[in-house]
Amino acid sequence: MTPEPARGAPAEWRLPSRGRAGMVGLIVMESAFLGTFVVAYLFYIGKSVSGPTPRQVLDFPLFNTICLLASSVTIALAVKALRGGRRMLFGSWLLITILLGAEFITGTAVEWYGLIVRKGLTIGTNLFGTTFYSLVGFHAGHVTLGLLLLILVWIFTVLGAVRVEHAERVELLSWYWHFVDAVWIVVLTAVYIVSR
Amino acid sequence: MATVEVVTPRAMEDSRPLGALLHEWILTVDHKRIGIMYVSMGLAFFVVAGLQAAVMRWQLAVPGNTLVGPDTFNRLFTMHGTTMVFFVGMPLVFGTANYVVPLMIGARDVAFPRLNALSFWLSLFGGLLLYSSYLLGPGLYGAGSAPAVGWFAYAPLTEPPFTPGTSTDYWILGLMVSGFGSIAGSINLIATIITMRCPGMTLGRMPMFVWLLLMSVCEVVLAMPVLTAAQVMLLFDRYLGAHFFDALAGGDPVLWQHFFWFFGHPEVYILILPVFGIASEIIPVFSRKVIFGYPVMVAATIAIGFIGASVWAHHMFTVGLGAPINSLFTATTMAIAVPTGIKIFNWLGTMWGGRLSFATPMLFSTAFLFQFLVGGLTGVMLAVVPFDWQVSDSYFVVAHFHYVLIGGLVFLFFAAIYYWFPKATGRMLDERLGRWHFWLFVVGFNLTMGILHFAGLLGMPRRIYTYQTGHGWDTINLIASLGVIPQIVGVFLFIINIVVSLRRGTLAGDDPWDAWTLEWATTSPPPDYNFETVPVVRSRRPLWDLKHPEDPDWRHE
Repeated sequence: MTPEPARGAPAEWRLPSRGRAGMVGLIVMESAFLGTFVVAYLFYIGKSVSGPTPRQVLDFPLFNTICLLASSVTIALAVKALRGGRRMLFGSWLLITILLGAEFITGTAVEWYGLIVRKGLTIGTNLFGTTFYSLVGFHAGHVTLGLLLLILVWIFTVLGAVRVEHAERVELLSWYWHFVDAVWIVVLTAVYIVSR
Repeated sequence: MATVEVVTPRAMEDSRPLGALLHEWILTVDHKRIGIMYVSMGLAFFVVAGLQAAVMRWQLAVPGNTLVGPDTFNRLFTMHGTTMVFFVGMPLVFGTANYVVPLMIGARDVAFPRLNALSFWLSLFGGLLLYSSYLLGPGLYGAGSAPAVGWFAYAPLTEPPFTPGTSTDYWILGLMVSGFGSIAGSINLIATIITMRCPGMTLGRMPMFVWLLLMSVCEVVLAMPVLTAAQVMLLFDRYLGAHFFDALAGGDPVLWQHFFWFFGHPEVYILILPVFGIASEIIPVFSRKVIFGYPVMVAATIAIGFIGASVWAHHMFTVGLGAPINSLFTATTMAIAVPTGIKIFNWLGTMWGGRLSFATPMLFSTAFLFQFLVGGLTGVMLAVVPFDWQVSDSYFVVAHFHYVLIGGLVFLFFAAIYYWFPKATGRMLDERLGRWHFWLFVVGFNLTMGILHFAGLLGMPRRIYTYQTGHGWDTINLIASLGVIPQIVGVFLFIINIVVSLRRGTLAGDDPWDAWTLEWATTSPPPDYNFETVPVVRSRRPLWDLKHPEDPDWRHE
């Protein structure tokens, strides 16, 4: 027994792809997770009982920010190139995106080295250290994850395995990358502007 | 009426060797098998956590009892609460959803079948991790074992100076692991519902269960990561010397309460919305009427979802958040009674004038209506701040949420199992045992939890391991404890029923309840691919259309 056959079937029945729905779900979930750390950071601004304060130790990460934001543009160009079937161009933009992302991670590493070794701020120093390293660390962790995935795609591209029909998958990865970028704007505002 | 072909259900395929069978189940990515494993896991933990509750009731039956000591008692209520919420409620929700949703929307499987299997195994191993604490967690000064911090694990009790040892970490990590499973399972179900509905299954024609489940899993995606983040903070405090909830360094333990309840209250709706969906499927079928006010039911579902995310601080009235915040959360908490009330009236409206038949699923659903109403009304009472100050952390609160979670949740999952067991196995559960199960459980439950309201009003605090005579609590506690006996017998009969019916139950056929949603259109149990041809849907009751071509629903909708 099967339900009524085609009679009265809708002429056109199209639903969004499951990849898109899944990625939106993942991004909402990550927003809730990272948002909790943002709330904790904002809640504890100025509540540390001992120094150092953000104003004393933090420098505005201008170059890092420019690199990460630029990488959102380059990955969009990469996706566009893949959709157009220009795989060489795609590989090049992807590589530039990876380099920009790597610069961001390196910049964060240098900043943390300075904070920990020279300025003596660790996760246990005070509430600022606790919330700062958690928030910035989880963001950097997400950048690292995105970077690993981009490198994987780039390796497949060099091996010639990425073709135009994979454009949607690469686009979904680019959504994740844009999301990580958007989170950085929130982190930047909270940590380097509001609390300084 | 179309001729209904009677297909002999395939016998449960148990003729193969155990090893091959296990191999097949462990490696499966079929949503139906994963659903069955989820439900089995939920029932197994239900028995464990139920026995923990029985031990606690035994201890409290008479004043000054010495069955268990204070430390053991603390572990019992912590494990009981944690298990019931995370390893009974959640697996039953995900199990039922896994089994039913793809069938109801005419899909072959969920959107990401392998992720689905991962979700189940994460949930199961989260539970096993929590319970391994009994063997492995040295706890407080080497004397403890399982976590003893309560199911909401308030800071600063969970901070390193107050709970040294590792038992609390089992609570954190067990819940975190199963939380990843719940989040992944939820994203999976959202993607399934959004993208895999069969032709014609518009959002406005989705079965109510699918609607309610969609709202529930959306809340999982929003609320569960907040708990995970808070637990990460707690781990940082415990192991990296961070100060999130450390008052000495300026940290605020109340922040933990906010984070926990920002998850914890939506969690109640995460659990209760899917069972509302179960009621919304069962009541129409056994009333022989369409659900009353479908669009309003959907609207009420969405309203509950949204308001439910903004009521969390009513768990914190005794903290002293100040009058403006308390008033705000009183208002939102009372507001949520409106869409919930709409639902109750719509279920009654569905039954009104219907041709009611009280098979076991309908018995449990009817009891749910009354018991959930009690839980809802005491909820409105507790939303009134001065009243809450009087009875907070008393047995009144315990009775309130057990009326919601047993009277509502557990009763409807019993209903769901009686209702869908024939679909999943091809055999009916025995009605006579089902009735015994129902009446024993309904009497036992109301005896235990009904009377505990009065213990709370008489000032008996929750989470005490014993009490002295002379408070007027003695008779109440004895009656409450005696009520456990019929409940245990009822559940025992239920298990017997499942075991016996699996082998000897009457054959169910495709559609034993003469129901209207798509899962009844395929064989019982359904084949791996669910439907031979992709169904096409033209109304909210596709099977009615099929059975009554002379008067199909789509002419009226």
